[in-house]
Amino acid sequence: MVHLMLNEHDLSALFITLKLASLSTLLLLIIGTPIAWWLARSQWRFKFLAEAIIALPLVLPPTVLGFYLLIALGPNGPVGGLSQWLGGQPLAFTFTGLVIGSVFYSMPFVVQPLQSAFSAIGKRPLEVAATLRAGPVDRFFTVAVPLAQSGFLTAAVLGFAHTIGEFGVVLMIGGNIPDETQVLSIAIYDHVESMEYAQAHWLSAGLLLLSFIMLLGVYSLNRRFSALVRN
Amino acid sequence: MSIKARFNLQHDNFVLDIDTEMPSQGVTAIFGDSGCGKTTLLRSIAGLERCQQGFLQINDTIWQDNTLFVPTEKRSIGYVFQEASLFDHLNVLQNIQYGCSRVPDRERSIKLEQAIELLALTPLLKRNTAQLSGGERQRVAIARALASSPKILLMDEPLSALDLKRKHEIMPFLESLHDKLNIPILYVSHAPGEIARLADHLLLMEEGKIRASGSLDTMLTRLDLSLAHGDRAAALIHANVAEHDKTFNVTYLDFPGGRFTVAHKDLPINHPVRLRVIARDVSITLEHQSNTSILNIFPAVVDTMTPEGNAQVVVRLLLNNIPILSRITQKSASLLTLETGKKVFAQVKTVALLS
Repeated sequence: MVHLMLNEHDLSALFITLKLASLSTLLLLIIGTPIAWWLARSQWRFKFLAEAIIALPLVLPPTVLGFYLLIALGPNGPVGGLSQWLGGQPLAFTFTGLVIGSVFYSMPFVVQPLQSAFSAIGKRPLEVAATLRAGPVDRFFTVAVPLAQSGFLTAAVLGFAHTIGEFGVVLMIGGNIPDETQVLSIAIYDHVESMEYAQAHWLSAGLLLLSFIMLLGVYSLNRRFSALVRN
Repeated sequence: MSIKARFNLQHDNFVLDIDTEMPSQGVTAIFGDSGCGKTTLLRSIAGLERCQQGFLQINDTIWQDNTLFVPTEKRSIGYVFQEASLFDHLNVLQNIQYGCSRVPDRERSIKLEQAIELLALTPLLKRNTAQLSGGERQRVAIARALASSPKILLMDEPLSALDLKRKHEIMPFLESLHDKLNIPILYVSHAPGEIARLADHLLLMEEGKIRASGSLDTMLTRLDLSLAHGDRAAALIHANVAEHDKTFNVTYLDFPGGRFTVAHKDLPINHPVRLRVIARDVSITLEHQSNTSILNIFPAVVDTMTPEGNAQVVVRLLLNNIPILSRITQKSASLLTLETGKKVFAQVKTVALLS
């Protein structure tokens, strides 16, 4: 039934979307974890500057972010220029460009839950670990990460879901090239533009369901997790 | 062998200024009012607090001097915090293993099983930390610290977060640490009762400084220190079980100043005991009273006296060189013409057996 309703571009849009979201989430966790750890522990006076910059995508219109990214990733921009200088392509209108854009766009959704999870642990468990001869890296992985488990889950799901849903940034820097940079949210827009409401329905309902299931997972796991810790 | 510590540290409006030497055996109590810097001193020794200027030497190992600062994880310490602070993502056994597994084999002086056994934790090993009572949590925390084979055990008011019942539950375990392990223990507390039971040495702190230090018996009876004053002032006497008297159901305890008679205690002959003699329960007579219900009467010599308040005086008595305190009225002192060197009799109305 689904195959009848969705054309092959839709399927590849689905595939690109999932690939983009997975890759971005992975990168976000790798980049966001040290940032969140630093934000949670640092006593630096101007920490709020870094916090404001990371939170910027929450309030910035995606088209603004997309516009600057487009310029940066394009052949004359610093990132695109660097990429060309290294023998590659300019990054605008490529999948790599989309990943870079998504990482910026979804950063606060990953950093903020991690930061609050790390803050909630407090200093004490890490001090205890230090008195039990665990060095800084050791205590990060054996104490901080397991205790921030629910924060990681929330961060991953929010990062993933938010990347799936992005529209403006992708439209600006991805260029809506079918089978290359066309993601689901844009495919839906295209269907609506060409009055193909049935396909738009299928894709929209699919995204709705997927997002709902993911959030359901986060909330139920977090409740079980906090109940476990409380009792 | 000793612990040498010199710390100078300033926080907002608090200054820690310490230069002291402590014996590296037995239990040294760090005593003082809250906010006097006891915990900060302990944290500085652990390396959790970083003093710009400091020096710390445990036996022949230097952990801090002008150029060196050994991080906490490289110091072989055991630290028991006020709250148990167990790792909630690990079960009881895993908590105890955490430190143990990070100790190189050649440095291991306490085995995992030994730590578990000492704190009687075998039945709890598979439990989640959430399923433990406050007392059990603190026992796990102590076992966890011991299992890391520390060269020194630092305890920061380990009983203060527990109710009276739990305190009594843990006390015997702390006493057994003192008896069975050859590790120096620094024990921070503001509870004189705990200190009287556990400590050998006492470090008295006031406002970030060390007011005085010395053996517990001596410190408790120094009239120039606050410990010898107030309702809870008491002397500590080390005695041994000498004899049980079946007829009257009493036990005799010998110490260099004489023999105490107490209600029967089920303890083996020669067993060492600590006795706490409260200053207000000791009266003074010039002659040995025979027609009195008080059994514990000892010949004594007046050592020093200090007035307390308007009407009272604290007298330090020597019972064959063992000091005890007596708190009497100034009127009595005057009627008895007490003065240094005078031979008297000390009548001890009650005595508390601590261990």
